[in-house]
Amino acid sequence: MGITNTFKRGIHPKDFKEMSKNVSIDTYRPFGEIIIPMSQHLGGPAEPIVNKGDRVLVGQKIGELKGFVSASVHSSVSGTVKEIKNVILANGTNSNAVVITNDNLYEKVESMNHENILENLTVTEIREKIKEAGIVGLGGAGFPTHIKLTPPADTKIDYIIVNGSECEPYLTSDYRIMLEEPNLLISGINIILKLFPEAKCIIAIENNKKEAIELLNNIVGNDPRISVKGLKTKYPQGAEKQLVYATTGRSFTSQKLPLNVGCIVQNIDTVVAIHKAILTNEPLLTRVVTITGDAITTPKNLRVRIGTNLNELIEAADGFKNGKTPEKIISGGPMMGKALFTTDVPITKGTSAFVFMSKDEVAESKPTNCIRCGGCVTVCPNGLLPLYLAKASIEGDEEEFIKLNGMECCECGCCSYTCPSKIHLAHAISSMRRDILAKRKK
Amino acid sequence: MENKLYKVSSSPHIRANRDTETIMQDVALALLPAALFGIYNFGYRAALIIIISVLTCVLSEYIFQLAMKKPITISDGSALVTGLLIALILPHTVPYWIPVLGGLFAIILVKQLYGGIGQNFVNPAIAARVFLTIAYTNYLAKYVVDGVTSVTPLAVVKAGGESVELSKLIWGTVGGSLGETSVVFLLIGAAYLVYRKVISLKIPLIYIATVFVFAGLLGPEMFDLNYMLAQVFSGGLIIGAFFMATDYVTSPVTPKGQIIFAFMLGLLTMLIRLYSGYPEGVSFAIMFMNLWVPIIEKFTRPTVFGKERKNERHN
Repeated sequence: MGITNTFKRGIHPKDFKEMSKNVSIDTYRPFGEIIIPMSQHLGGPAEPIVNKGDRVLVGQKIGELKGFVSASVHSSVSGTVKEIKNVILANGTNSNAVVITNDNLYEKVESMNHENILENLTVTEIREKIKEAGIVGLGGAGFPTHIKLTPPADTKIDYIIVNGSECEPYLTSDYRIMLEEPNLLISGINIILKLFPEAKCIIAIENNKKEAIELLNNIVGNDPRISVKGLKTKYPQGAEKQLVYATTGRSFTSQKLPLNVGCIVQNIDTVVAIHKAILTNEPLLTRVVTITGDAITTPKNLRVRIGTNLNELIEAADGFKNGKTPEKIISGGPMMGKALFTTDVPITKGTSAFVFMSKDEVAESKPTNCIRCGGCVTVCPNGLLPLYLAKASIEGDEEEFIKLNGMECCECGCCSYTCPSKIHLAHAISSMRRDILAKRKK
Repeated sequence: MENKLYKVSSSPHIRANRDTETIMQDVALALLPAALFGIYNFGYRAALIIIISVLTCVLSEYIFQLAMKKPITISDGSALVTGLLIALILPHTVPYWIPVLGGLFAIILVKQLYGGIGQNFVNPAIAARVFLTIAYTNYLAKYVVDGVTSVTPLAVVKAGGESVELSKLIWGTVGGSLGETSVVFLLIGAAYLVYRKVISLKIPLIYIATVFVFAGLLGPEMFDLNYMLAQVFSGGLIIGAFFMATDYVTSPVTPKGQIIFAFMLGLLTMLIRLYSGYPEGVSFAIMFMNLWVPIIEKFTRPTVFGKERKNERHN
């Protein structure tokens, strides 16, 4: 195994996980309208294959993937298609979506009543089932899983890394899954390992989740192909490049993917989704969402059906604390998550948490002159000079930005977090980076 | 649920507690032991010099920003720190207009005219000290201990005289600028800054180690330990290494750059101390190296993650 259990630089923000880390996962059944967006993943949106007035069942495919990088979507409830319209998503973008009136019967499609045995499935069948199930990376980026698990034929995969680091503050959904559904996780891992007979699996967990490390270690036992590795608690330990380095000692730049160094990284809940898709024919219908923050009454970890309205989850967590509206609501963790301007959004495959905050720390801190303390350089996990990248961005100097390796930024936000002058470094850098990426696409 | 629009901003949505103000407060606090010892050692005049210098710096920054219709930034504490530093590196015998002149030079010419905090390319206090040393050598070289005009330990060493007792150097009961003499009290402050993570030990330790080694190599006798320690503990080295060479604005932000910067400071300090017309070289060395910072940074950019090692297939 690698010599290290961490990466260079990074930060240690207060983790706020105690609010929800000991709260078991509740299954939440939505009662209201369900909104299933066609674009919940990286790549082309799916195409609706149902019409207004159609009756749909739990697990029925309602959107067919379109193009190479795309993923199908399924109905998470039974009911009637009310309309197909454009909706706003938690990440601020909008998407075509199928709106379903929930009949609260939860009538399943026929195939979901059957179970499969892994030994009877071929590798091709497994990949096809993952594709049919519409599984995407549930960590947030939403890359279609069937593509990730189908590397080019000449690529040798040595390691499947299951990312249990959950390094973002506040988030506890992966932790709860590891504690409560460890057998589903291991089953999912064995399915992936069947696809890569020569690979070994490393379950990477930050050392602040001792119980999860212990539990999984006990279950894994002496399994020659699966091991649990404790990682140093540090942000962004779960970032793909940093995680691969911490677990295997291999490193790569943004020009490459983990598979170029023989690794595939999978999110915890994604692996559970793979187990369900293969063994119980259940497409991706639910995900675990952490509802937390100091402005919510009862922090929760909920297994939520895709398409559930966030307002329902706020009620499930007993509403805003003391009836006071939060200052800020974040979809995802506070380091890389997106701030919401409305709570009227559906849960999508990529929403891991909602953090309700009574204070807006960003609005409270006013940027002042850079004092060149070098703090941003000390924390940048990618070895960049954020102060100069932000300067290049503000001055509109793309050439200098590229020369300073600005395209290697992973937008983790460590620089902005640490800056004593409260300069919006990550914002400046990511805007220029995205501009350049958009231009390159043209 | 009500139809409220919530505040949005780009990530990250949390910030560390530290800000410019708390950093400057820490630096000011860390300078207090040395300042208080200076007052104890040299008397009320030292206190007056400190007060005049600090007031000049803070007021001149305030008036300049008011006149230029710029946001007033005196609350960030940087002018206070500059004022303190200028006083601590002046002899207590200087006329009272000397700290006024130094403060104005540092704040107006060196700091504000270049854009205020973060924009100056040499340390304002150091620049003021160098300016005063050159323009008013007669006042600046006059050191008095116990009411008797004396020369500093470094001047003694330079003149080839008997070196001063080490214990005196460490406690600081010797001639010198009012806040630079006591190694012990300066180190108490420095330890506080390290504990608060305001400074790292990298630049000070490399700087001091380089002085130590070159004192051994270039001194009258090879590796005379007494002489080497005297070079480290006398003059402005300790205050310079911990409080001035570590100045964020005027030192490199790159890890390798900091090493080069600190090493060059040590070498230059010894060259000036031994081979120039001045007994002390810390101020000159720091100011000179401040000017090199942009070029040092340019050639010491950190390696991007992923490029630093070959991607091994097996480990």
